[in-house]
Amino acid sequence: MTAINHHIPDPMMAAYAAGTLPHAFAVVVASHVSLCTQCRAALEAHQNVGGIVLEDTRTVALSSSLKDDILSQLDAPFTPAPVYERSGVLPGPVMEAMKGRAPRWKKLGMGVRQDILTADETGSVRLLHIPPGQAVPDHSHNGLEMTLVLQGSFSDETGHFGVGDVEIADETLEHTPTADEGEACICLAATDASLRFRSLVPRLLQPLFRI
Amino acid sequence: MLTATLDKPRPLSPVPPASREERENLSHRKTDVSQQTVWMLAVRDNRDREAFAALFDFFAPRLKGFIMRSGASAHLAEEVVQDVMLTIWRKAAQFDPHRAQVSAWIYQIARNRQIDIARKEYRPMPEELKEEPGSEPDASQILAIEQESGQLKQALSKLKPEQREVLEKAYMGDLTHQEIATQTGLPLGTIKSRIRLGLERLRHELKDLTP
Repeated sequence: MTAINHHIPDPMMAAYAAGTLPHAFAVVVASHVSLCTQCRAALEAHQNVGGIVLEDTRTVALSSSLKDDILSQLDAPFTPAPVYERSGVLPGPVMEAMKGRAPRWKKLGMGVRQDILTADETGSVRLLHIPPGQAVPDHSHNGLEMTLVLQGSFSDETGHFGVGDVEIADETLEHTPTADEGEACICLAATDASLRFRSLVPRLLQPLFRI
Repeated sequence: MLTATLDKPRPLSPVPPASREERENLSHRKTDVSQQTVWMLAVRDNRDREAFAALFDFFAPRLKGFIMRSGASAHLAEEVVQDVMLTIWRKAAQFDPHRAQVSAWIYQIARNRQIDIARKEYRPMPEELKEEPGSEPDASQILAIEQESGQLKQALSKLKPEQREVLEKAYMGDLTHQEIATQTGLPLGTIKSRIRLGLERLRHELKDLTP
């Protein structure tokens, strides 16, 4: 695999580690970390900070029966949550978002296809399939957009993005991502859905881009 | 295997019987490995209930305090503590002391559980990296992670109280990602150099695990 050059900004990784990143973006971060050793190390470093906060938390007395209750359940049968493995170019977290199914591509125009994985009031995350040489059709996003390349590559005014690279863009970024020649480009793209969020975005992005 | 010794008062530096083998594996500088790690490895490798009880005694009252600080009732907090402690027992095989402190691993489990409950949806997580089956524990790497965490802990203890407060809120999930990006710049900056020092070590460790 070629080197990954575009990573998750640190405040975003801290938010992911703490579990405060909106779901759609969390799917992208989890997918990127599945591909990127550097960001996995960064995530685990943040989890170490979280662990220290936990260790230093003031204790609260437990109900007298809690310990015995738990010890008595150690042998109880349980159903482990299903584990979704990577499938081809699709990392585990993408397979999990699709509950293990194959992509269901829908035409978006100009040969571009998409499959919306999840969408709610906090945002949406979708797979995009872009033919070689094709520009992504106008996909105006109101807030933050995160795009992770899973196959092929694309280029825009800000640079070149290959497998594992993440582009983070806001509405002020005028860009025309175009799939490079060769393989079709498959991306995982997450956006904010909420317009209310708009005014907060510049505040969010400023520190992100400074890093 | 739940023996009567559980009811006896524990000595100050307890040596859980089943962890002896692990201590021998960790050979030369075994005394430097933290008690929590020794307990967790005994749970992981020997399903040692006494060691699990010791982990419970240390972590359960902290977990309860941690969860209640996010506004949960004492009753709900104990339900979460129960889920977290049972997950520690059931998923012990995933604990890798070469990459994480016990507290960091438990922190992540606790946040997952809190998010699952609060949002009624799963939290996207990266693909698991698996340790080579039968791989020997590398005492120097385990110690390096512990030392790194100890130094990180020291760095955190030097934060001003208000910075520390913001940092704790961030890692407890009480700040949105926008707030983390805007408010915690300072404490995150302070700990960042500490985190970066640990990254090289983690990266090295992860390189051996990434296919």
